Amino acid sequence: MGNEFLPLLYSFHFYLFGLISIAAAIAFVTRKSPVAAAMWLVVTMFALAALYVMMDAQFIGVMQVLVYAGAIMVVFLFVVMLLNLGHPSELSDIRGKWGRIIAGFLGLALLAEIMTLTRSPLELKLVVPAIAVSVNSTGGIIGGVAGPLFREYLLAFELTSILLLVAIAGAVVLGRKRSAN
Amino acid sequence: MIHLALQPLMQVADSQLPPTEGVFLIGTVVKMLIVFTVYMVGVAMLTLAERKISAWIQDRHGPNRVGYGWLQPAADGVKNIMKEETYPDAANLPLFILAPAISFIPAMITWAVIPFASPLPTPWGRIDMVVADLPVGFLFCLAISSLGVYGIVLAGWSSNNKYALLGGLRASAQMISYEIAMGMATVCVLLLSGNVSLSTIIQQQSTMGWNVFLLSIAFFIFLIAAFAETNRLPFDMPEAESELIAGYHTEYSAMKFSLFFIAEYANMVTASALITSLFFGGWDIPFTQWDNLPPFTVLKTVLTLGAFLTKVLFFLFFFMWIRWTLPRFRYDQLMSLGWKIMLPMALAYITIIGTVVLALDRAGIARGPTYGAIMFGMNVVLVVLLFVVLDRGRIVSPAYSRLDREEVARLRDISSGKSTLAEKNA
Repeated sequence: MGNEFLPLLYSFHFYLFGLISIAAAIAFVTRKSPVAAAMWLVVTMFALAALYVMMDAQFIGVMQVLVYAGAIMVVFLFVVMLLNLGHPSELSDIRGKWGRIIAGFLGLALLAEIMTLTRSPLELKLVVPAIAVSVNSTGGIIGGVAGPLFREYLLAFELTSILLLVAIAGAVVLGRKRSAN
Repeated sequence: MIHLALQPLMQVADSQLPPTEGVFLIGTVVKMLIVFTVYMVGVAMLTLAERKISAWIQDRHGPNRVGYGWLQPAADGVKNIMKEETYPDAANLPLFILAPAISFIPAMITWAVIPFASPLPTPWGRIDMVVADLPVGFLFCLAISSLGVYGIVLAGWSSNNKYALLGGLRASAQMISYEIAMGMATVCVLLLSGNVSLSTIIQQQSTMGWNVFLLSIAFFIFLIAAFAETNRLPFDMPEAESELIAGYHTEYSAMKFSLFFIAEYANMVTASALITSLFFGGWDIPFTQWDNLPPFTVLKTVLTLGAFLTKVLFFLFFFMWIRWTLPRFRYDQLMSLGWKIMLPMALAYITIIGTVVLALDRAGIARGPTYGAIMFGMNVVLVVLLFVVLDRGRIVSPAYSRLDREEVARLRDISSGKSTLAEKNA
């Protein structure tokens, strides 16, 4: 990793965006106002997108902004505003003392797991061969993603889209039923 | 930075080859400053242009006092800065202050990836006339323009005003709906160019012909969606003054209100530049390959910049022309147009274009003028068919044409009280 051109600038921005994403994520779980929490989540998404771009995964970075920040979170905000959950001070805090303690331990366990995983050597079949990393010359940067997706993994891709379609149809059916009653 | 200082910065190099990294960095900063300045001044002048054009269309004079009208934007700016700022009592202040900036910044950032002229040769190397030629170019535009809705939604919510909230809700529903149609329309462009980089898309149009002729229906869908995305008439539901006072910016005053105004014009400029790049060949000068081929000269850069600006200014005029010509849609009409007409149309068009592109590639026709001519012929047929279907005798035999006998008899029955409108509908 790292850029040949201005390595210091690169690592500075890497840690900057890392810090922003962690700080925004903490703000996201601690805010009581749903709109403020949603906006902090958007900031987290942005910082993550910046990190993807710095790791030469521009397509993933752009998709992160386009899908999560641009579409999903806007719908989220829309719903939050429609529900009008009331003033943050009136919202009851459902997280008890024990809940917080358990959550804290679970978080620490997850952190420990990530730390051990990053320090242990990768299994050989998980290592990406060097040839696959080189950018597909015909389709630009998208070709490298689109090629395998629509050739080797076409069936899985189509099955996923059917899964999403089923979910949408289910949501519409459930929504209808409740409004009819 | 130490690394940078050690490099001999302004190395003399071949003017037709990409420059060294130091020159690239300095060139990019200069381009950023120039684009930003021109953009901001342009947006200010557009507010004047809108008032002058609306005056012209309505047979008035328009602003003609401050410096014969030319200094009106400056006067507006001074006035807006000196006015009192008001904050509603129960407003969410951080978001209330942030919202105008959020609505303006995305429109400006999009300009980073739009190429506005052919490369400029300099003694230090060839400088591309685009701030950042990203490999994901067009997707970057889509991603950033999808963020513009936050400014409006947050402004509506944080004002703590029911009209503002309704405006914000309308904006979010409207912009998401039309973004889908817009994205689908541009899939056709990507199918034809085979890449998402805007410079590749422009290059493809210079050899095959402009996309407006090859993908006419995608162009129409994109154009309509662009009007909805910029919240301009006939789709300015978020601020419909007859229903919502001023919609999402009801509670804003002074420069914050002005920033929403600037954002609207900034969005218009960006939308015009995108339409130009995707469908009108960007900086391409029509009927010649001279401007696209090396060696690049300063003259080519100036001429292509002129071509680009001409196209963008035409679309800006078009935006204003439409605003002072068409009345506002009703909200449910807007939604059904987006979801029931434009989205299915775009999906069907993707299927057709995909099939044709596959067939032409299989037939071994090279991507060039012949390819373009075949696509153009197919599009003429499709546009005529679409027009006949959508028109259903309204323009070709308009409403004021002679009524048929049955219709006259029915109307007479209604006026004489023998039947009512409801009976016919039932």
